[in-house]
Amino acid sequence: MNKLNLTPGFGAEADAFYAELIAAQAGLSDEAAADWLARLTLILCNHIGDREVLRQAFALANERHD
Amino acid sequence: MDLPRYPYHQSLEQRSGQPQRRPVVIVGAGPVGLTLALDLARRDVPVVVIDDSDHIGSGSRAVCWAKKTLEVFDRLGIGEAVARDGVRWQRGRVFHGEREAYAFDLLPEAHHKMPAMVNLQQDQVEARLVRAVQLDSRIELRGRHELIGLVQDAQDPSRGVTLNLRTPDGLFDMHADWVVACDGARSPTRALLGLSFQGQVFEDRFLIADVRLAEGARPRGLDPARPERWFWFDPPFHRGQSVLLHAQAEGLWRIDFQLGRDADVEAERDPGRIRGRVAAMLGTDQFELAWSSIYQFCCRRAERFRVGRVLLAGDAAHQVSPFGARGANSGVQDADNLGWKLAAVLKGEGGDVLLDSYEFERIEAADDNIAHSTRATDFISPKSALSLRLRKAALDLAARADFAKPLVNSGRLSMPTEHVDSPLSTLDAEAWAGGPAPGWPAPDAPLAGGGWLSEQFGAAFLLLAFGWPVQAQGVRVITLPAEGVAATRYGARPGSVVLVRPDAVIAARWHRFDADAVRAALARAHGRPS
Repeated sequence: MNKLNLTPGFGAEADAFYAELIAAQAGLSDEAAADWLARLTLILCNHIGDREVLRQAFALANERHD
Repeated sequence: MDLPRYPYHQSLEQRSGQPQRRPVVIVGAGPVGLTLALDLARRDVPVVVIDDSDHIGSGSRAVCWAKKTLEVFDRLGIGEAVARDGVRWQRGRVFHGEREAYAFDLLPEAHHKMPAMVNLQQDQVEARLVRAVQLDSRIELRGRHELIGLVQDAQDPSRGVTLNLRTPDGLFDMHADWVVACDGARSPTRALLGLSFQGQVFEDRFLIADVRLAEGARPRGLDPARPERWFWFDPPFHRGQSVLLHAQAEGLWRIDFQLGRDADVEAERDPGRIRGRVAAMLGTDQFELAWSSIYQFCCRRAERFRVGRVLLAGDAAHQVSPFGARGANSGVQDADNLGWKLAAVLKGEGGDVLLDSYEFERIEAADDNIAHSTRATDFISPKSALSLRLRKAALDLAARADFAKPLVNSGRLSMPTEHVDSPLSTLDAEAWAGGPAPGWPAPDAPLAGGGWLSEQFGAAFLLLAFGWPVQAQGVRVITLPAEGVAATRYGARPGSVVLVRPDAVIAARWHRFDADAVRAALARAHGRPS
């Protein structure tokens, strides 16, 4: 079974990645930005292409620690 | 502690109407100008420092002094006092809501003379700098000298710079070979040069409060015996905003409240309201409000740091947000970079291109600092609903998945910039397994006979020889063991040699000593043809 990778992926470039993520949707209305995020989710799921890994990601995203 | 003053006296040159030509005039007696003055004086360059005020500014302003700055202060004679009197810390904790999201350690490594970070209110640091300057006969510090004009001869730069000044006794002119503007973000010198100063203005307002706890007060969570940097995103006592807490010396705490874009600045200045915010945070009202200020910040830099014989340093050249302690620290590093170069040019030991390299290297550093500072500010103050939601996700995940921790950005703390493309560096001709490459900062290490390598930096170029001594011309050689902390930190093998600039930047390195190669690298690092 493939395991979801949770180690930091960007090394010293983490801040640069995050700035790019924010810049990619800057200027969109809140509604358009939410649509953008949904499309991004589908694009990345397809790129990963491994349902077992994606199920682990869904669970982590779901998890609450309240 | 009483703060020293530098009262106005009419200078002999103004009284007699016979101005002298000065090698260097520094405009601005803040931490950057005073550091540069001490550095130049130690290189036997006489300096006049002028300031439009005659006393140290009130309030704590800059608080965190990074390791590199402490090493610079150390060779100027005040580093140990600042490290002793300030508050040492290296652990930062980041909270989200009521939970801790993430913690970091700045310097998990032993064997450094100076700590990663020391907190000491700016006026206390300036007081030590002013006293050191006043004890040095090569430096004249003149209060209430206001710069109102600046003239250079574009055709013949060797004629130097004329400064038009206003003092309580009227107008007069000074003449200097070189002028360095260390006169702050609103730099009159920069304005007189007509340089643009562009970048990003952030709309959020922030409130800084310096508070002193009453004896016996029991603040929630704080442990004065274990000072740490605490940062809260969206805490229960200040919903929807961020808060930063730092310990300062003499029982003072610095609290920085984000107020948002729509804050009512006049209402927020009310001391009762400020006390209310602090009390909600600390869970006690047993404290004194020592100083407060509401501010907005900018990330921007001057288009150039050199115009003929005028150079810009510190906030006059660049401005950042406070998250990351990159303002005063980068300014002190400007002074560190400039001092030896200016002295070398004045003594004819270095070419004029050394001062172009100052501009090149410090613009590179300013852009690096501005990039870090802007990213931190964008994380702290998201501009859209989705940006806020992504930040919430990063903070939420950071508490339970390692990958999200590096995404949380409450400010990346000041580190010296790696000048990878410096025109003064000689590139590696061989493979190195590690250690600082040319253009990188030279790390500290303990010396076998006691003392520290960082104490040897500053006066001149050094050649670090690992394993056995070498005979080199025009450079001081320090022999270090082929194994141990220094060898590991420098990635050295037995026989490796490393050339270090006076500002503790690597100029060149080789695995085998070659006198001709060292001579050529020294010439290049002095801006001379080899």
